[in-house]
Amino acid sequence: MADTSMPPRAPGWVRRNRQTLAPLLFLLPGVLFFLFYVIFPVIQSFNLSFYRWDGLGEPRYIGVENYVELLDDRAFETSLWNNLKWLLLYLLAIPAGLAIALFLNQTIAGIRLYKSLFFFPFVISQVVVGLVFTWFYDPTFGLLNQILSALGLGTLNVLGDPTLVTYGIIAAGLWPQTAYCMILYLTGLNAVDPEQVEAARLDGAKGVSMLWFVILPQLRPATFIAFVVTIIGALRSFDLISIMTNGGPFGSSRVLSFYMFEKALSEYGFRMGYGAAIAVVLFLIMLVFIAYFLWSMYRDEREGR
Amino acid sequence: MFPRPIENAAPVWRTTYQALVPMALVLWLLPLIAVAVFSVKPDADFTSGNYWGWPSSFQGAENYGKVFFASDMPRYLLNSVLITVPTVIGAVALSCMTGFALGIYRFRGNLLLFFMFVAGNFVPFQILMVPVRDLTLDLGLYNTKLGLVLFHVAFQTGFCTLFMRNFIRALPFELIEAARVEGVAEWRIFWFVVLPLMKPAIAALSVLVFTFIWNDYFWAVVLTQGAESQPVTAGITSFNAQYRAAYHLMSAGSIVAALPPVAMFFLMQRHFIAGLTLGAVK
Repeated sequence: MADTSMPPRAPGWVRRNRQTLAPLLFLLPGVLFFLFYVIFPVIQSFNLSFYRWDGLGEPRYIGVENYVELLDDRAFETSLWNNLKWLLLYLLAIPAGLAIALFLNQTIAGIRLYKSLFFFPFVISQVVVGLVFTWFYDPTFGLLNQILSALGLGTLNVLGDPTLVTYGIIAAGLWPQTAYCMILYLTGLNAVDPEQVEAARLDGAKGVSMLWFVILPQLRPATFIAFVVTIIGALRSFDLISIMTNGGPFGSSRVLSFYMFEKALSEYGFRMGYGAAIAVVLFLIMLVFIAYFLWSMYRDEREGR
Repeated sequence: MFPRPIENAAPVWRTTYQALVPMALVLWLLPLIAVAVFSVKPDADFTSGNYWGWPSSFQGAENYGKVFFASDMPRYLLNSVLITVPTVIGAVALSCMTGFALGIYRFRGNLLLFFMFVAGNFVPFQILMVPVRDLTLDLGLYNTKLGLVLFHVAFQTGFCTLFMRNFIRALPFELIEAARVEGVAEWRIFWFVVLPLMKPAIAALSVLVFTFIWNDYFWAVVLTQGAESQPVTAGITSFNAQYRAAYHLMSAGSIVAALPPVAMFFLMQRHFIAGLTLGAVK
């Protein structure tokens, strides 16, 4: 365009540049909101982790002191180990969800309603799931102990035992998470190519070998999403711990997300900087997975279009 | 179909399967069924140790009546509605626009911006906690519903943008090109061509975001404090503190708190599942 010497007349200029202007205007509100409430806070938290701050006075720069303190913090160590347990055991939701999906992938009367009811635990809030399981584990009247003693196995105080408590809470978390994975696999199974299944049957494939070599490869996208949401769910675990044990007994069920909250907003004085340092560690763990997810998405983008 | 359809199996297996499914369901929902039974029991059953037996009398009306008329529960429920509904509208509106921009236009940094939304959506809440709490305090919005709504809208925009952009990408691009050839303005293309086609995505996202926000607990605890602004997930803990060991009332309260998303799920099941499983099938 040669007419740059002339000051652009508004309508003409808008008209000519609308392919550039339109996306800008459409993006502006969403991007601004997101920058303000999500992206900048991440950067601020990184910065804050180098300060000592009680949330009221002036923050004081202390370099890496918060991180040095973390190295000797036994509670931090416990939280880190518990996060690892969460990450590994939470993944059980994927095979469990697949198993239930395979069980329910039939056509009998009322199967649709059954499927929805199996999905139920995912819809209710984790706060309610936490309450329900607290009562389920209750040492005096809980259903778990009723069953155990009926079988002559004695009783357990799951939430009062430092060695069992984290596993008890993870089991509660697996309940809704399994339901989620189930619905992903049910949808995936619906789209499995029946011709391939028939062809494989003619070739003599059945049972486990059919599942492994024919069905699971076709369920790859469902498995990927199940993996993503389960990892995120495991690292976000906070509600259940807060409701069921409040980190106890003796802080043995804390995870990083809970410990950070406790440090930053505890009743014994706010330690915002230290809390931010814990959050940064959690963020860095998550970043490994985020990078992997983005990389897989990027690969798919290249393939499509 | 896999596994092999049960209707081709021997009649014995068919009957066994038909009996097995409801049994498995009862086992699966046992903790929930227990709470439902708790909620219609009289107080006396708990003091006399009749936890798991049949209720000695049906007290559902009294228990639920107490939840609705003798506690802060209606306040919390109303707060939840006033937080959830504006968030749904805000996040869906913003992401219709961002999704449109990222899905339709080619420009430098498109994929980068898209990945910013996706990555932000996966971030652990705790890394946002201190700065967002601070920002909300500075804006004078701490312990207000608006403060919570603004944050939720911003955060949910990440997930919603991912969803909308991928949905718009799958629409037939020729429609938009045809409209451009006709000289239709870009905003009119958005409003009259694309938006009508996005109805299923809008429905799916609305139910999903409704459920996510209704069930949010962490931000409710971080950004609000009292009955005047706390949603029901946070309120239920104060409710339980008030009725400590009154299991029949706590159960009734929990069921009331859990009901709206459940109702939403059953009313909009198709959209809900379509939303959750987007991308589970290529």
